[in-house]
Amino acid sequence: MIPERLLNALILAGLLAVPLWALAADEPFTITLATRVVILALAAVGLNIALGIGGLVSLGHAAFFGIGGYAMGILAHHAQTYTALDLGLFTVSGTKSMPVIWLVATLASMLAALLIGLLSLRTSGVYFIMITLAFGQMFYYFAIGWAEYGGEDGLSIYLRNSFPGLNTLVPIHFFGLCFAVLCLALFLHARLAASPFGLALNAARQVPGRAEAVGLDPKRLKLLAFVVSGAITGLAGALFADLNRFVSPTMFSWHFSGEIMVLVILGGTARVMGPVAGAALYVALEHWLGGLTDYWIIFLGAILLLIVLFARGGIVGMLSGRRQAGD
Amino acid sequence: MTDPILATHGLAKSFGALTATDDVSVELRPGEIHAIIGPNGAGKSTLIAQISGALRPDAGRVTLAGRDVTALATPARARAGLGRTFQISALAMEDTVLENAVLGAVGASGRPWRFWRPALRDADLRARAEDALARVGLAEHAAARCADLSHGQRRQLEVAVALTLRPRAFVMDEPMAGLGAEGSRQLTAFLDELRHEAPILLVEHDMDAVFALADRISVLVYGKIIATGTADEIRTSREVREAYLGDES
Repeated sequence: MIPERLLNALILAGLLAVPLWALAADEPFTITLATRVVILALAAVGLNIALGIGGLVSLGHAAFFGIGGYAMGILAHHAQTYTALDLGLFTVSGTKSMPVIWLVATLASMLAALLIGLLSLRTSGVYFIMITLAFGQMFYYFAIGWAEYGGEDGLSIYLRNSFPGLNTLVPIHFFGLCFAVLCLALFLHARLAASPFGLALNAARQVPGRAEAVGLDPKRLKLLAFVVSGAITGLAGALFADLNRFVSPTMFSWHFSGEIMVLVILGGTARVMGPVAGAALYVALEHWLGGLTDYWIIFLGAILLLIVLFARGGIVGMLSGRRQAGD
Repeated sequence: MTDPILATHGLAKSFGALTATDDVSVELRPGEIHAIIGPNGAGKSTLIAQISGALRPDAGRVTLAGRDVTALATPARARAGLGRTFQISALAMEDTVLENAVLGAVGASGRPWRFWRPALRDADLRARAEDALARVGLAEHAAARCADLSHGQRRQLEVAVALTLRPRAFVMDEPMAGLGAEGSRQLTAFLDELRHEAPILLVEHDMDAVFALADRISVLVYGKIIATGTADEIRTSREVREAYLGDES
């Protein structure tokens, strides 16, 4: 068994080593695959805060991923077509600047998470799952009907957006940028989990009655967790759109909500590095098994089944030999 | 007479045709242990739920230190100074004993939104939690996972979490439940001292503990308080005997 801290360091080192090797071996596609792992992991880190610590089984996180994606798509679309973005009261011009796009993506996702959370958190259990799913699907169908931004076809962005000091079109530059964002999100998760807020949220998940009896309001704790969670998944959406230079309604589809939930469970629910391990395994299987057979998802299903049945702590739990996060 | 710390005034609650509490008025005065006894189904749990805020009464009021808290939800009542323990231990089983106690301290601090500094490295939170654990005799088990504790230790932790709140009044729902003779004796001695910090409204089935501890006892039968008095008064009351204690007592 490997101590979890060492295991976490090994996972991160591995994620960094693969694209560096690919750079040396001149395999740009592998760098892009690694970037995909990083961005999916970031989306799952967001979900992990709501699902892992707060116990909020959200099947609507694609909404935030899509909002982040469309924030990038819309701003970059107006920038590349030199058209103004009409916000009703005033108009703004588009932008190709990643920091600005990230800020907009994060704020828009937070606002959406606040509204969705306020309504969804009136329910719990299976109703919470269904209502978050319904919200996600609302965004999905809205995007399909949004003819101004490509409707079902989505939006293509010709050039990747820019970040000061980097050439984002160079795969390793863009990878490094995404990797840095992921590390920040992981650090935030780790701090948050050990903080008074994390402790309170964790208790609100396990014994809401106890949390209330010591003067804590479980709903408000969960709402804040949901907002933070949505913000991170939204930021991942903006990066994902930049990776593909393409945004479409599929970013809003409930398949994606399910996919990042699978990543979290595969890697280890509530574990800091769970989403990273899950995303790495997922993309590796998708790539290698997907090259062998179109039915690769069956193997993924089998692995997921084995993990849920026999290794509740996911990959990280299995390798570190600890049943629960934080013990 | 001194003003009560905690009081209910004519609390009533019905579930359909069933009247669970019927015009219940009890007072908890400074420094006292006031026990509520009654047969199963008498409405003790409903009464506790109304006092703690989990259930809204159909009629009546709850006051805490002179303040009407009837409209407050459970968390607000806890912050106003109500420390309760549960009949069935409500603890975060995945967490350690210390983390459970720190949770109480976080609640008491009123600042659960701090998300950056580790809770266990906060000297104030930790001191409050460790102090409470030491008082119930769990200090050396601080690092143990709650799920690994014995039943008796969980009961102790249940009390410790309430202690971290430093409440103005305790409401304890069968704290002796499932404790052995030795455990009951220790907890009895502890509560005997604790009443001087904050009075205790005690719902308990262990009659030895009730008669050893209670300054006053109220007897709840079919949702109504049929008698309130000292242990001796209750023991000798014919009405109480008929309704509850049976002839053997």
